Amino acid sequence: MRHYVTALIAICHREALRFFGQRARMIAALVRPLMWLFVFAAGFRAALGLSITPPYETYISYETYIVPGLCAMILLFNGMQSSLSLVMDREMGTMRLLLTAPLPRWWLLSCKLMAGAVISVLQAVVFLAICALYGIRFSPMGYVAALPAMFLCALMVGALGIALSSTIRSLENFAGVMNFVIFPMFFLSTALYPLWKMAEASELLWWICAINPFSHGVETIRFALYLKADPLDWAITVAAVVVFMALALWGYDPGKRTMGRKG
Amino acid sequence: MAGLVVDKVTHLYAGRSDHPPALDQVSFSVDPGQFCALLGPNGAGKSTLFGILTRLFAPKSGRVEVAGHDMSRAPLKALARMGVVFQQPTLDLDLTVWRNMLYFAGLHGITGRAAKLAASEALDRLAMVERGSERVRDLNGGHRRRLEIARALMHRPEVLLLDEPTVGLDAQTRADLVAHVHQLARDSGLAVLWATHLTDEVHAQDALVVLHRGRVIERGVAEQVGPELTQHFLALTGGLTGELTGERQPA
Repeated sequence: MRHYVTALIAICHREALRFFGQRARMIAALVRPLMWLFVFAAGFRAALGLSITPPYETYISYETYIVPGLCAMILLFNGMQSSLSLVMDREMGTMRLLLTAPLPRWWLLSCKLMAGAVISVLQAVVFLAICALYGIRFSPMGYVAALPAMFLCALMVGALGIALSSTIRSLENFAGVMNFVIFPMFFLSTALYPLWKMAEASELLWWICAINPFSHGVETIRFALYLKADPLDWAITVAAVVVFMALALWGYDPGKRTMGRKG
Repeated sequence: MAGLVVDKVTHLYAGRSDHPPALDQVSFSVDPGQFCALLGPNGAGKSTLFGILTRLFAPKSGRVEVAGHDMSRAPLKALARMGVVFQQPTLDLDLTVWRNMLYFAGLHGITGRAAKLAASEALDRLAMVERGSERVRDLNGGHRRRLEIARALMHRPEVLLLDEPTVGLDAQTRADLVAHVHQLARDSGLAVLWATHLTDEVHAQDALVVLHRGRVIERGVAEQVGPELTQHFLALTGGLTGELTGERQPA
């Protein structure tokens, strides 16, 4: 058991060292949601009217509405970045080092997933702090409650990233997959607009948004920030973590050929 | 007998059933303290074999045993007793030498003072201690390889696998590395499997396994093959002399 924890700490430590060693990555990760908050949300505030929907009990500004969605955006982009690093690790060879450690593969991949999720949540916390300075604040307990919700959402997108990375042979292909996964997942969710708003536009789009697990990840964060929880959102997000992780483990199963072919 | 045992390993890539197997009934063993050169031209199946020996993927049939542990039945025990230097560099370039060592220690369940001690001992063995605080990106190719070997030895394995570890190194560094690993096998009783396509890396006393098109076409001791190992290998596999002696390798 001690060996398992030691490996988890080593993998988390490595991810943290790599992350803090790349300041540009931290800034880039924050610039994207901040642009959405300061520019996109400011522009759309006038155009979009939001009615009162749970968990809100009063009218809120559009900026307030999209903050949980932008937190989830950080988690999504970072989760994909982390899996991109897996593809890079595989091309570079460092993945082999990880997979030849004397631990079960499910644990090694889980460690990688958890390490990526911790880094993602840290970024989302910094983003929430900037939002607080900007004037969008939640109750102190709301921030605490949001931590597990954000961690779960980070696990979900991270597991999806690992599953995708097992099927992708090169970095070039990964860029294509990102476009087919990240953008539909983000735009067809409740991150930027509530579900009822989508229903007004198209019933089909409403359905897609409603079954998109990312929507449920966003809602777990949104509700948690207001100290509320929808069991369905949590259940679907947990189920998505399990399904994506199962796919990831299948993708990296030694019985299945996943490593690049040579000599 | 401990060491490394490879018994009738056959591997066929999925979706390539019309192709000959990548490995066909490959069998050999490496005893403790023995340096075994796995010689084969490019495409012989060496890296496929390494993928199987390190459990990156499982063979279609056959058995691999590391220090008495069956790789399919007790993979974690087998992996724990094995050190690997892959052909591709597996170092984290942005971390220091020391951090790379400690990361590996963590993966093998070595922590705290034991990890620091194991890391400094392993670095010392490869004369790399003074470079501990340097970033790997700043090391030259020879030092990076030495670091990888030091790291592979940190958990005191009984079997050391090296897949063409001298690729991209200059002649002197290559010779030093080959000599050093021979000495390691002799002094520490390690079973060493050294894959290469360069005949000048093989010493007369080394065990020799020649792999060609996925099959073992010769097994024995290098000196029994005769002084003209290069010519002999050439005749067996039909290659170019320059490729086999490293003359065409980039410096």
